[in-house]
Order: sequence, then C-alpha cells, then structure tokens
Amino acid sequence: MYRYDEFDAAFVSARVSQFRDQVDRRLTGELTEEQFRPHRLMNGLYLQLHSYMLRVAVPYGTMNSMQLRKLAEIARTYDRGYGHFTTRQNIQYNWPALKDTPDILEALSSVEMHAIQTSGNCIRNVTADHFAGVTADEIADPRPYGEILRQWSSMHPEFTFLPRKFKIAVNGAPHDRAAIQAHDIGLQIVHNEAGELGFIVYVGGGLGRTPFVGKKVRGFLPERDLLSYCEAILRVYNLEGRRDNKYKARIKILLHEKGLEGLTKAVEDEFAALDQDALRLPQSEIERIRAYFALPDLAPRPSESARVTRRRGKDSRFDAFCRTNVTPHRAPGYAIVTVSLKPLGGAPGDASAEQMDAVADLAEDYSQDEIRVSHEQNLILPYVALDDLNAVYDRLASMGLATPNAGLVSDIIACPGLDYCALATARSIPIAQRLAQRFGDGARSREIGPLKIKISGCINACGHHHVGHIGILGLERAGEETYQITLGGSGDETASIGQITGPGFSSETIVDAIDTVIETYMGQRTSAEEGFLQTYRRIGMAPFKEALYERNAGSDI
Amino acid sequence: MDGMITANRLSDGLVVFLDGNGGWTEDFHAGAVLADAAAKAAALATGAASAAANEVVEPYWIDLEPRGGRYVPKALREAIRASGPTTRRDLGKQAQGQAPDFLKIAAAEA
Repeated sequence: MYRYDEFDAAFVSARVSQFRDQVDRRLTGELTEEQFRPHRLMNGLYLQLHSYMLRVAVPYGTMNSMQLRKLAEIARTYDRGYGHFTTRQNIQYNWPALKDTPDILEALSSVEMHAIQTSGNCIRNVTADHFAGVTADEIADPRPYGEILRQWSSMHPEFTFLPRKFKIAVNGAPHDRAAIQAHDIGLQIVHNEAGELGFIVYVGGGLGRTPFVGKKVRGFLPERDLLSYCEAILRVYNLEGRRDNKYKARIKILLHEKGLEGLTKAVEDEFAALDQDALRLPQSEIERIRAYFALPDLAPRPSESARVTRRRGKDSRFDAFCRTNVTPHRAPGYAIVTVSLKPLGGAPGDASAEQMDAVADLAEDYSQDEIRVSHEQNLILPYVALDDLNAVYDRLASMGLATPNAGLVSDIIACPGLDYCALATARSIPIAQRLAQRFGDGARSREIGPLKIKISGCINACGHHHVGHIGILGLERAGEETYQITLGGSGDETASIGQITGPGFSSETIVDAIDTVIETYMGQRTSAEEGFLQTYRRIGMAPFKEALYERNAGSDI
Repeated sequence: MDGMITANRLSDGLVVFLDGNGGWTEDFHAGAVLADAAAKAAALATGAASAAANEVVEPYWIDLEPRGGRYVPKALREAIRASGPTTRRDLGKQAQGQAPDFLKIAAAEA
C-alpha cells in the first residue's frame, strides 16, 4: 500500500501544527466559533448532538494493521472505546473533546493518517471498490488512481472553497462495488478497443434531497488525462455551480440545469483549453504509484482446502460464513474475507477498540498486514489463504465479528441518525437493529437471498437509502418519527433511484412493513435466483403497494 | 411554555444546561426550568454572553413538558441530547444517572 514520502509527511505534520494553533486560539477566545468553524470542518471536526465528532480519512478504504491499531488506541484514549465506520470508507469518533483533537491528529499523523478534507466544501476522501486489487473480475486496481487524485486534490488551491462538497469514486471491475454513479465524479476503469487503459467518466450523481444517477460525459478518457479532465470538470463546477442556495449547489444540479450536452460541452471546452502538458500523467509516475499497490508475493497454494471442505460439511455456521463472507480471490488458494460489523442487534459499522485490535492482529497474521473498509460499513481481510479460513473464522467469531450475513438482509447500511447526528430527523440504528433481529442471519435470511436495505435518518441520505433495493428514510412528522419506504434503488452498474411506495410508517409498524415487502418479493420471484431488484424491475411497484396499503392496511400515517 | 437553555460546552462539546445561578450543568435535572417570557429572554441573554465568553457554543431554548411527574424535553432530539444514544444506554448522561430517562417514562406510559 501507499507509504508517505517526505512531502506527504511534512504536509500532514504542518497541518497538525496549524490546527493545534487554531484550537488554542479558539479555546482562548481569539477566534470566534464562526471564524473557527471552517478550520475545524476542513480537519474533519463537527459538532454533533452529544459532543464533537471527528471523521478520519481512510483513503480508498485501505489501511495496515499499525494504522488500525492506532485507530483502536485513539478510541480507547480519547473516545469511548469504539468507532463508527462509514459509507465514505472513513471512521468517525463520536465523543472527542475539542482540546484533545490536536493530539488525536498528531497520533494519526504518526501512522500516516489524517482527517483533512473529510468535511467542508472541498474534494473529499476518494473512495474505491473495497475488493480492489484482489477480486477475480478486475480490469485494473482503482487505488493508484485514488491515490493520484488524493495527492492532486489535497489542498488544491483552486478547489478549496467549492460551492459544495465534492465526492469522487473509482471502480476497477465490471461489477460496481463503489457506487460510482452516486458520486459527483464516478470513474469506471475500462479498456478501449485498442486495449488501452482509461475511464468511463460519470458526472452529477448524488443522493441527498435531490437524487440523481450520474450521467456519462466521456465514454473513454485515456489514463494520462485523468487529472486534466477532473480539473476541467471541477473548474466548470467551481465557476458555474450555484452558491446562492446550498441545496442547489452540488454539481448534479448544475448538470440538471445545463443539461448533459451543455455540461459536457463546457467540460470538453475547458479540457481543450487547459495546458495539456501541465497535468498529463507521466507513465513513469503512474507506474511508481501503482507499484505501491502491487499484489504481494503470495506463495502458490492449492485452489481448494481440504480442511475447509471438511469443516463446512459438519459446521453449518462456518459453512454459512463461507457462502456469504468469503469471496473468490484473483490468486488461487486465497480468499477475500468480509468481517461483518453487522452483528444482529448491533449498530451497523460500529467496532470496539478490542475488535479493531483483533482485526489488526488477524491482518498481520493472515492477510499481508492489510485491511479494507467497505462503503457498506464492513471490514475486509483481502489476502487470506484458504487453509487459514478456519483459524480466521474462529478468531473473528470469538470477537463477535463473524456474523454470516455479508450481502444478506441484515447487512444493512444505516447512518448514525438521531441517536448521534445534529441533522437527523429520525433514528436509523434502532430500525436496523430490529430488522436484523426480525430476519436473523440463519435459514430465513439465506432463503431471502442477497438484499440491500439502506436506512437514512434524514433527507441528506447518508445511509444511501435512494440506492437501496429497499430504502428507508426516517422523517419527523408532528413530533413523531415516521419512515418512508423506497423500492428498486441500486448503487451498482445498473444504478437507479428507488421509488417511494406511498405514505410512511411509524416506528412501530416499519419492521412489519418491510417484512410485507420481502414476503411480496418472495411470493413473486420466479425462482430463488431472481434477486429483489430483478423481480422489482419485472413486476413494478403495484404488487408491493397493494400488499402494503390494501391487503395489510399497514400504513398508519 | 416551560423550557430550558441548552448548549454544547466549547472545550469538550458535551451537552450542558443553564442552571439557576447563570452557570452550566451537565445534568438536565439541575437545569433551571423557565416558565415565562421574561425569564426566557434573560436566560437567553445569559447564554449568549457565555457563548461570547467562549464557554459554550450555540445556546438555544428547548421546550419542556411534564411527563411522569417530571419535566422532560418535548422534542425527541432534545430528549436524546439530554440522555445519550438510545442504542447505547451505557453511554452519555443516562449512564451517569443524569438523564430525564424519557425511554423509561415512555415505556411506563405505554
């Protein structure tokens, strides 16, 4: 993985010193809250319901065991013993004191981490496929481009005060695991007809109160032009994006207002006018960065493990884990293991300091010292030898990290919601907990099959509900929490925005309503192989509406 | 309408309530319940002065209502601020016996 060079280290270290000074000046009153707020936001520090919240970047979701141990240490020393992994592949601490944050940032810098640009109207942490570099179906590893984009966008003087935040995601396999079409810029790695590497460029995707699927502005962008083209997009957005209304300030609104043709022309004109040489990526530089992400030397291994096969035959829970949480690896004899942060009844994405230490130990012992954070709020061990699966599973299970539910109904994305967030209008986590308990991680959940439920506690959609197969949006109405259901959303290569079923449901009835949706799907699917999205796209909304509002009379709003 | 002044303390961000002496308390029960417009205006001025003195951030008024014989914040958001996450009863004010414990009250009323 990428290691800081002298420039990175000096830059991050200087930023810690600057922030320490800013915090000192705030605490002594030299800076007002209004003056201080932009500084703290640029360093990932929010003020939430109960306390400050610090969001730490995990660039493209990749870290090593030393870094994860440091995150655990920070949770223990400065927070309340846990952290929350997010849909941006970041980690958030819910209880840090302002006066401690310079020390936290210094601790982070000691392991080449920071919280820079995890908030504010700037280019945020670049995200990528969490199986990058190890998945069998990959065209190229997206992380070198994530790193190149990170270096280009960090403190970019022109793009530090954008109209609004700006999110970029890169995906390297035909199957989109990074939800790129829900980003301001989505980059899909492809080969052109000549076999050259490049990108399909999507612009203007985004969720929030006005959800849009990204539109294709370039069918093929040569690899060398990555930064020039992104600079052209950002420049058009920076100049033309609205600054009069924060709800209309994202590039998706500019695209909507200018039209795809208008925005594409503006970007292409800007691109043509740029100094093409200034930002053209030299092949040597691409290779230099790519070398950091090269597949480690993995000892050749047999492509099947007799001990795993034997145990699967007699341990049904282990067998279930292998079915859902173990993914084929590009190297024979190895597997990608998804560490579930979705225990039944737990808060999606939360990990205790002890759990973080345990995963760090496992990464060191069994996974080439590397860990990934997925945007689905799980952790990944990307290089596990098949023969080690039994041992890895046992250690995960002993720490409550082996719930066999990756990709199933209880693998729910949920934002922190009203339990933590100052913007939320309703709670998210308790709904996720009750749904997970209702459907469990056993036979019923396997019978339902792969299903993505995503829950947001307000219209800002941090829980990605618009792109959930089943989305739940928590709102407040007349002082009560109410939950709207959307169906048919997708964040993959067939991206779509879910449609609202109709009137919302109370906290008491929402779990039954989701049960009704799932039962309707199961009754309508042509076979167990027909997934929820396929069934929904085939039969449409009507059968679900009927089941929710006519047969069961379930809505009470 | 009965209410209270709340804010987040600057140094650590924790939720605090204005007490009867013009100081701040972490304990909702120790906060001053204000019953009329004059008291509200005076307390808001005290809060604003405290914010200007860099003790707290963004003081504001919350509505209270009597439930189960005690005052509790009317809005769920404020009840959660005064208690802690409903999903982690071991954290926040509720873990220190400082919460209005609206969950217990709600359960008793149900």
